[in-house]
Amino acid sequence: MLPRRSSATLPPMRRRHFLTLSAATLGGVLVYSLGRKASLLSAQHKPVRIPLRFFTEAEALTVAAAASRIFPSDESGPGAREAGVAIFIDRQLASSYGRDRFRYTHPPFEDASREFGYQGSATPRQIYREGLKGLQGFHRVSPAAQDDALRKIESTVFFSLLRQNTIEGMFCDPMHGGNAGMVGWQLVGFPGPRMSNYDEIEEYYGKSFRPKPVSLRQATGAKVRPSEDES
Amino acid sequence: MKTLPAVDAVIVGGGWAGLLMAKELGARTSLSIVVLERGPSREPSQYATDMDELDYAIRLRMMQDLSQETVTLRHDATQRALPLRQHGAFLPGAGVGGSGEHWNAQVPRFLPDCFELLSKTTQKYGAKALPDGHAVRDWGITYDEIEPYYTRVDKLLGTSGKAGNIRGKLFDGGNIFEGWRSEEYPTPPTKVPYFSSLFRDAAKSLGYHPYPAPSGNISRSYTNIDGISRGGCSYCGFCARFGCMMSAKAQPTNLLLPIIQKHKNVTLRAGAWVRRVLMDSAKSAARGVTYVDAAGEEIFQPAALVFLASWTFNNTRLLQLSGIGEPYDPASGRGTVGSNLTHQISVPSATTFFDQPLNRFMGSGSAGFMFSDFDRDDLDRSDLNFIRGGFFSARGFGFQPIASFGVLPNSIKTTWGSEWKKAAVSYYDRTGQIIFTGEHIAYKTNFMDLDPVYKDKLGDPLLRLTLDWSDNERKMCDFATAKAVEVAHAMGAREINPFPGLRSYDSTRYQTTHVQGGTIMGTSPAQSVVSPYLQHWQLPNLFILGGSTFPQNGSANPTPTILAFVYRTADAVIERYLKHAGPLS
Repeated sequence: MLPRRSSATLPPMRRRHFLTLSAATLGGVLVYSLGRKASLLSAQHKPVRIPLRFFTEAEALTVAAAASRIFPSDESGPGAREAGVAIFIDRQLASSYGRDRFRYTHPPFEDASREFGYQGSATPRQIYREGLKGLQGFHRVSPAAQDDALRKIESTVFFSLLRQNTIEGMFCDPMHGGNAGMVGWQLVGFPGPRMSNYDEIEEYYGKSFRPKPVSLRQATGAKVRPSEDES
Repeated sequence: MKTLPAVDAVIVGGGWAGLLMAKELGARTSLSIVVLERGPSREPSQYATDMDELDYAIRLRMMQDLSQETVTLRHDATQRALPLRQHGAFLPGAGVGGSGEHWNAQVPRFLPDCFELLSKTTQKYGAKALPDGHAVRDWGITYDEIEPYYTRVDKLLGTSGKAGNIRGKLFDGGNIFEGWRSEEYPTPPTKVPYFSSLFRDAAKSLGYHPYPAPSGNISRSYTNIDGISRGGCSYCGFCARFGCMMSAKAQPTNLLLPIIQKHKNVTLRAGAWVRRVLMDSAKSAARGVTYVDAAGEEIFQPAALVFLASWTFNNTRLLQLSGIGEPYDPASGRGTVGSNLTHQISVPSATTFFDQPLNRFMGSGSAGFMFSDFDRDDLDRSDLNFIRGGFFSARGFGFQPIASFGVLPNSIKTTWGSEWKKAAVSYYDRTGQIIFTGEHIAYKTNFMDLDPVYKDKLGDPLLRLTLDWSDNERKMCDFATAKAVEVAHAMGAREINPFPGLRSYDSTRYQTTHVQGGTIMGTSPAQSVVSPYLQHWQLPNLFILGGSTFPQNGSANPTPTILAFVYRTADAVIERYLKHAGPLS
């Protein structure tokens, strides 16, 4: 058997990091805490501290700011900030996905054309950690400067992963820590895991049918565990 | 290595093919049968809490764990192959039920002439009609011989649809270009998603013959030939990459497993990773298989009969790892194991954008319409620059937002930021695809062998695919794109993204999980691995089940054809082989 590439990406000792979210930065919306309790932040509330599983606080602030430029909160509706995308990504990177538990990672690693898919050895954790080094201070600069910085890295693996994970965090079931309050689903009119559309599928030709979204836990009444809590 | 007591039959792979064989042998004989499945075990009803797009459709929880084993790919034999490190062009399942758990249950049949493709094509159009370098073969069987087994498959699945040809009599509203059926479908067509209704009406207005897509997601409750009852589909839209939460979708775990569990002579072992088929010293019979169990112990399971039913790749790889038969060598043309690798073509010929909402979350993996006017054995080819063909479809799969968000007209160039988001939100429920699904004929240059560099978790070589598209497929797709764009205009699409065309084989774009060949059936041992009874030519107690036995792909999805051949082989084994062991003819 070939040796596996080491998946160690965290220093052995790690100070606990928190993402501190103030009501002002969030605009008064739902976020999910680590304990899975939804916290509604209004303008009067004190900031909340959300324990991070993978990112440092500075990294989490950068990811939150970058995700907000990819999927902004603007006149067309809520975005990555309200959905809690940075919290979603933090949990994903801390999980089996973040360490490439299910990817074929035997060497040798070779460069290849696009048709062969991602051939690199870096895990999502390593890609983020390296990529974020290039965005230091990102969350403190103006939105225009942030866009400039992102345009410079648009063609990198890091950016395409961040963009993909941002979309995931916008539209995943809320049990994964994103799509808080189902704001993403409401934005596009997705009702979540709706058990039956039998009576409606042929009744709404040409006009929209927008049932109120339900999460998987609401729809099934079961305590479904997301995969990131299993490993 | 631990040696277990011998059994009468060992079946490698617990998907559609392996479990159907286990059910037939278990219910109709007193043989002792062991099924070895390398993935996890599953029970018939465990899917209600799985309707989570992220874990199932994006992180692909039901698929094979590629950290343990994958395949390598190169476009031609001069290149160095690279491993497919993450899932892409195909999604083989793992665990009891295999890919039959997470499929869409689209169940059309192959065209009659697919089974005699070499002789029919050369008879009709001359030997020059086939492209240079083709490896097209006859299967050694006719459609008329396999039709009764197709009908049994429909009665197993409860297939929903509308027949277009019952014993030669044509019926409007069904597929009048398909082969004859001995009976109407067991259940009526499914309901029609809005997008599919637009496609149906447009196709009809252009003179085509649309018909309801044959569906293993059944339209109403049905009790099958084995007494298994299922309810009708609720169009929740969680089909592809999910198990069905209400068992409306035909799956090995709801149709086969309950019967297997009733028969004490069948034992199903999950977590059993088969490594080799062992032969006797004369290389005239299989002795059984070796596997590594979930605890890591190496085990020999002796058996009088061996069935390989572990999907196209693993069937081929097991023969090559076991030294059974001669590996195919494209340079000399010698050898058979690994030849005739094909992958059904499936491309979004036209991505359409509408003004009105489509309610795309409602649907099922096989609800929709198709037309096959360019997929028939009597097609006039005088104006066409390719051979064979395919069908067009518009389905309401039931779209979920992570995978579907961000499909935009080509006129919009941004991929992130406010402008992109606004457009993506606006188009989210206003887009749908006309898909062309076409036949991939076999070529001498597309094949499988063992990779010289990359290994699996146990140190065994990975399977290496040498695979690329040829001009025939490229021209076929270009033709299909032009036709689909006409249909899209007739549907009233405001904007249309035509498919840009097939270039090199792309492992990153999901196509279908319909990869075939490697251990093909045929008329002679010189050109095939198994007979049309799926019996190994040299080792008559070894049978190989599944798409690996198809000499080439047909335009249709393969599962009904796979199951029809399993039924035929099961009958031949039970009625004849068990009485007189030896080659079936």
